[in-house]
Amino acid sequence: MAVLVYTENWDGKFKKSTFELASYATRLAEKIPDQVVALSIGHVEEEELKKLGRYGIGKVISVEDDRFKTLDNQVYTRIIAEVAENLTASVVVLAHNNSGKALAPRLSVRMKAGLVSGTTGLPESFEPFIVIKKTFTGKALAKVVIHTAKKILTLAQNSYQVVEQVVPVEIRKFVPVSAGDVKTVVKEVFKQTGKVILTDADIVVSGGRGMKSPENWGPIEELAKILGAATACSRPVSDEGWRPHEEHTGQTGKVIAPVLYFAFGISGAIQHVAGISSSKFIVAVNTDKDAPIFEVADYGIVGDAQKVLPALIEAIKEAKSI
Amino acid sequence: MKILVCLGNVPDTTTKIKFSGEGTKLDKTGVQWIINPWDELALTRAIELKESGQVPVEVISVLTVGGTDAEPTIRKALAIGADSGYRVDADPADSYQVAFQISEIARQEQFDLILCGIESSDYNGAATGSMLAEILDYPSLSAVSGIHPVNGHLEYTRDIDGGRETVTLDLPAVLIVQKGIAKEPRIPAMRGIMMARQKPLTVKEPGPSAGYTEMISFELPAPKPSCRKIDPDNVRELVNLLQNEAKVL
Repeated sequence: MAVLVYTENWDGKFKKSTFELASYATRLAEKIPDQVVALSIGHVEEEELKKLGRYGIGKVISVEDDRFKTLDNQVYTRIIAEVAENLTASVVVLAHNNSGKALAPRLSVRMKAGLVSGTTGLPESFEPFIVIKKTFTGKALAKVVIHTAKKILTLAQNSYQVVEQVVPVEIRKFVPVSAGDVKTVVKEVFKQTGKVILTDADIVVSGGRGMKSPENWGPIEELAKILGAATACSRPVSDEGWRPHEEHTGQTGKVIAPVLYFAFGISGAIQHVAGISSSKFIVAVNTDKDAPIFEVADYGIVGDAQKVLPALIEAIKEAKSI
Repeated sequence: MKILVCLGNVPDTTTKIKFSGEGTKLDKTGVQWIINPWDELALTRAIELKESGQVPVEVISVLTVGGTDAEPTIRKALAIGADSGYRVDADPADSYQVAFQISEIARQEQFDLILCGIESSDYNGAATGSMLAEILDYPSLSAVSGIHPVNGHLEYTRDIDGGRETVTLDLPAVLIVQKGIAKEPRIPAMRGIMMARQKPLTVKEPGPSAGYTEMISFELPAPKPSCRKIDPDNVRELVNLLQNEAKVL
């Protein structure tokens, strides 16, 4: 028996979210109680794999084959299912990110294991197995019971803190027998460089229609830069083509949960709020004192974002002595 | 090429969510139902592909799993430009049960390309499309933000964390699509609405399947404490609060 956690890598490296997921899996295994095992697919140096031991993962299975460089949902699913079966894993956990969302449902079918996607914490009970997740894009919480013996969970981003718990790590190389052929052919890759990725960011600086025109985005980018933050925008802004669709945050765009979210010139339509309501702190700047964004904001300034931004940049530079 | 677009029937995104039965089910009073936003974009892209003639599209079918109250959603899709509709007459229980019901029709009809939205805006399972692919043993791509005809075949844009890839894949396949796949959803025109009445809408009995999971209760998140207002001429105060009260700077 085991709790199996799929620890994705990005060009051979883990992210903070990987360690959050590892911490979550460790705690989940303690509660069951069961052993926790991590599975890594693709080439990751031993030194990097060993980092998982800081978060309580004592055993890592590494599938290193170069054939598995490309995410092929069918092949990855077969590999994870094969490892889960060998370990007789009772629970498999993945991150609720692009690849986790692609793999967990396939895994659920293959393993005949009920899936709850985007859970926000440890199960409320184990018999019956009940977990909590957000529904209606954050407008409500639901308790979900999984009826099957095996379970699959994806953990919502930024919903579990990293917990250090150092253990020795045993790394075992593994060659799957059931993987099959990779059919997904990647012809071209475009990677954002020098920018903080929106869904990973601790701080997000976002602009709405109140910014008036795309030429006014300079201060938003500058503020993001000095804070090491990602930039985002509201739907009208991406629909107008002022900013790329990857930045659209809200119900039908990206749903994010940073520590700090700045909303400049965003009125706070219910669909936008749905995408940001999990932020720990929200700062809103808007000329309309009755704008709904102030209902969800922790701190608010009723004023013109274009006037507030330069002053705020100066004040932050001063406070951080940049 | 035969395309299937799977449609979810969901409350309008502006709906103020309420629950009834002591928090066990959605209170449907006064709720306006819409096509799940990503599914609607998927349908729009399918119609664009057919109209462009750059790849041969013989038929676009739409399907939803739900009771008779879900039929307006199918009629709307037919009015927008789908050629035929299916409704599996079952109450959606969970993603698995829905995927299973879709798979029965997908097997019979042998679609080449199946499009599903990345998640539904109600229960946010983000699972039906990928589950369907696994049941059918088809390849799948998730987080697809572009479908491009190139020399008579299709290439896809897949979003990855902090970037995107151009990908090819053999058909039949399931694509799980998201924002960017089409610019804006189409609105049915009067002619489309008239024509939709003549288009076939087939009601199917559900196959034998129970869900793996069950939502047992709902609650609304705790309301936030009220917003602390800061004078626009005193942004230093905001920085001070963020540093020393919230401790996030």
